[in-house]
Amino acid sequence: MTQSNSRIMLILFVVVAAVVPLVFASGYQLFQLTLVVAYALSVLGKNLVTGYGGQVSLGQGAFYAVGAYTAAILMEHFNVPYWATLPVAAVVTGMVGLALGLPALRLGGLYLALVTFAMAVAVPQLLKYKLFENWTGGVQGIVLNKPDAPFGLPLDPDQWVYLFTLAVGVVLFVAATNLVRSRIGLALMAIRDQPLAAEAMGVELSRYKTLTFGFGALFTGVGGALGAIAVGFVSPDSFSIALSLTLFVGMVIGGASSISGAVYGALFIVFVPNLAEEISKAIPGAIFGVILILFMFFAPGGIASLLSAQMRRFRAAR
Amino acid sequence: MEGVLHQIISGIATGSIYASISLALVMIFLATHQINFAQGEMAMFSTYVALTLIQAGVPYWGAFVLTLVFSFIAGMVLQRTLLEPLARAPVLASVGAFLGLLLIFNNIAGWIFTYTLQPFPTPFGAGAPILGGMLSRHELGSTAVTLVVLTAVWAFFRFTRLGLALRGAAYNPVSSRLVGIPVARMLSLGWGLAAAIGAIAGMMVAPIVFLDPNMMAGVLLYAFAGALLGGITSPLGAVVGGVLMGVIENIAGAYIVGTELKLTTALVIIVVVLVFKPSGLFGKTLANRV
Repeated sequence: MTQSNSRIMLILFVVVAAVVPLVFASGYQLFQLTLVVAYALSVLGKNLVTGYGGQVSLGQGAFYAVGAYTAAILMEHFNVPYWATLPVAAVVTGMVGLALGLPALRLGGLYLALVTFAMAVAVPQLLKYKLFENWTGGVQGIVLNKPDAPFGLPLDPDQWVYLFTLAVGVVLFVAATNLVRSRIGLALMAIRDQPLAAEAMGVELSRYKTLTFGFGALFTGVGGALGAIAVGFVSPDSFSIALSLTLFVGMVIGGASSISGAVYGALFIVFVPNLAEEISKAIPGAIFGVILILFMFFAPGGIASLLSAQMRRFRAAR
Repeated sequence: MEGVLHQIISGIATGSIYASISLALVMIFLATHQINFAQGEMAMFSTYVALTLIQAGVPYWGAFVLTLVFSFIAGMVLQRTLLEPLARAPVLASVGAFLGLLLIFNNIAGWIFTYTLQPFPTPFGAGAPILGGMLSRHELGSTAVTLVVLTAVWAFFRFTRLGLALRGAAYNPVSSRLVGIPVARMLSLGWGLAAAIGAIAGMMVAPIVFLDPNMMAGVLLYAFAGALLGGITSPLGAVVGGVLMGVIENIAGAYIVGTELKLTTALVIIVVVLVFKPSGLFGKTLANRV
């Protein structure tokens, strides 16, 4: 496929993704699709850190929580309009990511996984802590109003939030694609695959590793803010270790070192539990676990690499 | 002053439970350079097995032994089927497999045994606290059990041929293979041992925190912190670190940050150790040959 061809495909995909659900989907289905976009952005942040950067972070749920709470606190306590919370959430989570990225440099591989795992376990407790209660609402959390469509557009809130989220998602996905193709992206992959050679070529390891951690946090944080707006509620227990594990599953199943993989992963983590939950509440987690292990063994590149292998075979056969 | 003493003594009691899990983590780390994120959930699942046996009418110590046998075999089977093939895979693959195991054990336990808190019996009797009210009978009993286990593990590694072979397989697999040690079998044996030690910790902690599928999350975090504090390459360090974490938890909970930030305390200790002294108190500095 040539460059312009794939661009046309992309535009077509976006138009279909925007129009079809507005016509056919119910309010709840629209809500699920909105969550897909929010999770896709969060998984994308994880892909940047882990898939492209080669650093195993298990605490992406913590950044999601920071983004969600930033948006919620701004809307609740400062009357900031919902759309204006996104840039703030991006900056705040990006800064938090950079701050945590500094120690991350010193910790290779497993140690980073351990620290971020501990971070994910500790987050709900911090959000409940009584010193922050005036801001975070403590155990109760914060309830938000669903935004109405502006300019008198004939859309109900569900439809509007979906379109808004999709628009933000598309912009950030394009940005991530460019980031990965840029000098930074190339440097990252060089570090991931051959750290010594990369360093010898003059790639500054520490700078790029910290940067990726910041960018990864930023994408995940915006996802969290969008998720909070869509759900209309934030509370400490919705950001438990389960969220971080879910995002991890999304990353592995979609394909860690691909941009489009984030979308497949998000579709998976939103819709598969819904199907499975009809059998038992505990089933989705168990299924996630089984599928995670199966993918580790048989498809470490995730759905994205399975698809591109199929495409190649198809084209070769033609 | 008496208050502080009380906190320290009861901290040593919970710390000895953390120490067992830390030791299990370090054993697996030494043998395979993997961190078992599912260690806590495996212990939790074993504890449910014990509870089921006890409810079926098996006397406590019978159930205790049967659970150890079950955990030992299950640990060996897991290593053989799941982790052996991933031994040389990138970090992401082994972490993914461990997280998969964590999810499976946690949710299967929730599915079979529900998420409600369940009391777990103690074999040491309720009775009045001893040592001038410093220590409950269960705390004393569980500390004694853990001490016996830790001593037995130490003696096994120090004085038996099998223990020596296991150490050899962990520290230097290539040379061990050359002198005829079945390295693969030794590694699964190590996994079985780690799973059984974890099961003991689970059964000892359950009467204190009550049994539920998420029981071990906090314990695992403290065990991680203990293993790192002592040095992830040192079994002795893991034990000392685990006990220290129990004391730190109690002191910090009573006098510094309050009980609401227990998990955060563990997180801070993990970060501080890794940033300032990654090798821990007793560990070796790891270097990679390039």
